[in-house]
Amino acid sequence: MSIPNTFPAIKPVGINGMLVQFSDKLEEPSNRAALSFCDAMRQQNWACIDEISATLASAYLRFDIQKASHEELTQDLQSLLHTQNWYEAVLPRGRRHLEIPCVFGGEHGPQLEEAATAAKLSTQDAIKDLTSVRTRVLAIGFAPGQPYLGELDDHWNIPRLTTLTREVPKGALIVAIKQLIIFTAPSPTGWRHIGQCAFDCFRPNQINPFTLRPGDEVSLRDITAKDLSHIKAKDRTGNGGAVISQIL
Amino acid sequence: MSGLRILSCGPGLSIQDMGRPGYLEQGLSISGAADQLALHEARALLSHSKPQAGIEMAGIGGIFRAETDMTIALTGASMKANINSKQVGWNATHFLPKGTELKIGGVQNGVYGYLSFGADIATKPFLGSRSAHLRGGIGKALQAGDFIPLKKTNSNVAEIGLAAHNRFGGGIIRIVPSVQSALFPQLEHKRFTDTVFVRSSRGNRMGVAFDFDGEGFAAEGQLSILSEIISVGDIQMTGDGRPFVLLPECQTTGGYPRIGTVIPADLPKLVQTAPGKEVSFQMITLSQALDIQKSFANDIKRLSELTSPLTRDPGTMNNLLSYQLISGAISANFTVEEK
Repeated sequence: MSIPNTFPAIKPVGINGMLVQFSDKLEEPSNRAALSFCDAMRQQNWACIDEISATLASAYLRFDIQKASHEELTQDLQSLLHTQNWYEAVLPRGRRHLEIPCVFGGEHGPQLEEAATAAKLSTQDAIKDLTSVRTRVLAIGFAPGQPYLGELDDHWNIPRLTTLTREVPKGALIVAIKQLIIFTAPSPTGWRHIGQCAFDCFRPNQINPFTLRPGDEVSLRDITAKDLSHIKAKDRTGNGGAVISQIL
Repeated sequence: MSGLRILSCGPGLSIQDMGRPGYLEQGLSISGAADQLALHEARALLSHSKPQAGIEMAGIGGIFRAETDMTIALTGASMKANINSKQVGWNATHFLPKGTELKIGGVQNGVYGYLSFGADIATKPFLGSRSAHLRGGIGKALQAGDFIPLKKTNSNVAEIGLAAHNRFGGGIIRIVPSVQSALFPQLEHKRFTDTVFVRSSRGNRMGVAFDFDGEGFAAEGQLSILSEIISVGDIQMTGDGRPFVLLPECQTTGGYPRIGTVIPADLPKLVQTAPGKEVSFQMITLSQALDIQKSFANDIKRLSELTSPLTRDPGTMNNLLSYQLISGAISANFTVEEK
C-alpha cells in the first residue's frame, strides 16, 4: 500500500462507495472542488448512484454494485475529473445566503474574550471581524444539520481546548481552527463558546428539516441578549431571525 | 386502535427498520436495526415481501400486552420468552390473542433481540423511515406505558420457526481496506490482524469498542487527519489506539484514522458479539468482498426456505437443521414447540 501524493485521488469506501479526494488539508479551492464535483455528479444522472455527499475536501458517492462495477465507475469519475480544473470551478447554483443574528460574549459566549486573545484581537475587533466575514458551509456533520463554517482568516487558526466544556446549549456559536459551528443540540465541545444564535439547524417537525446545505453562505449579525429573547419569543419557524436570500 | 402496550421494559428498546439512507450530506447517519439480518429473518417468518419495522431490544426485553389479536416474530439474539407464563421458542412466530401478556427477559447469547409484527407498525415515518436515531433527536427510547400502534391486518398466520444463522459467538470478522488504511504501517496491519480482541462492555448503537493486550494502534500523521466520510463498519482507532467499530447511529464524518471496514455480510456477527466474546479481523480484497456480498444477498432472498411450521413432524427437522446458510453453522436456539 502506498500513500498517493497527488490529488485528486479516487478511492473505494467500504464495498459500495467511492471517494474523490481533492486534498488532505482544508483549503478553499479543494472545498470548492468537492462541492462543484458533487453537483456535476448529480447532473450526470448515473443510474447506479444511491447517494452523493460532499465532505470538507472530498466528493463521496454510494452506488448500487449490481448496476455498475468499481472499474466502470472509476473510469466515469476519471472522465468527469478531466472535463475541467475543479479547484477553479464555479460554485454550484441554487445556494443561499443566510444572515443569522447572534449574541456575542457575556453569559451567551463566555469564552469570547479568551478566543479573541488567542486570535490576538480585542473583543470588539473580534466581533467586528466575525460579523463582517461571509463564511461558507464547508460541510455538515457530526450532528444532523450542523454546519462547519469557514474558512476564517489565519489569525483564527486557534487550537481546540485541551479540556472539554461539559455542555454548550443548542444554537451555541463556537470557534476553533479557522472555523465556526452553530450547534444543532446541546453538546460537549473542545472549541471555544463565543456566542448564541436562535437559529435551529435541525427541525424534525418540519417538511424540510435541514435548513443549511454545503455551499450555502452564512454571515452573522451582532445583536443584544434582549434582541435574542425577543426573537425567541416571536419565532415559530426556527430561523431565529435569519434573513435568507438566494445567491444569484 | 390496535397495538401493543409496553408494561415495563429495559433501557435499550427502540423502533428500528432498515434505516434512513441518503442524508449523510445533512449530517444524519442511516440508523436502522443494528442487526439487519434479524429483520430479514422476521420478514421470512411473517411472509412479508420486505423487512418492516420492529422493536429492537438491547440486552433485555420487557413485558408487553397485546391490545388486539396479533402475530409476532422473535429474531436476533435469543432471549427468554414467555407467553402467558408459558415458555416459547425464539426464531419463531407466535400468535397472541387480545389480552395476552408477552414477557421477554435477558439475552441468552448475542446482544440485540427483535420483536416484529405481522401487521405494520403505524407510527409516523420521518424521511421515509420509522427508525429512532436517538443521538440525532429522532424518535425515542421506548418506555413503560408506551403504546405501539399497529395497522389492521390478517394476523392469522400459522406458527412457524426458522433455522437462524448462528452469529452470536464472535469469531473471524472480514474487513476491506478503508480510505485511511494506507496511513497505517504494514507492521501495524499485521499486528492488527494477528491480535485477538475481546468485545468491550462499552458499546451502543453508535459503535462498539474492542479490548486487547498491548500497545494501541497508530497511523502516520494521526492528529492532522482531515475529517472524512464514515461508512457503517469502519474501524476507527481513537486516541488510545483501541479499535471502535462504527454502527448505524454513528457520526457521519470523523477525523480518527480507520484501519479497515467490516463487510456488510459480517456486520450482523460483529454487532451480535456479546461483551467478553472474542473476535479477530481478517483483511480481504474488495473483489473477494463483492463475491461474498453477492452470495449474502442471495442467502437473504432465500431465507424463507429455512422456515417451517412448528407443528410439523419433528422427524423431518433433522433435514432442516443440516441446512447451511452463508458460511455459518445453524443456531442451536431453534426450538420445536409442542402443540
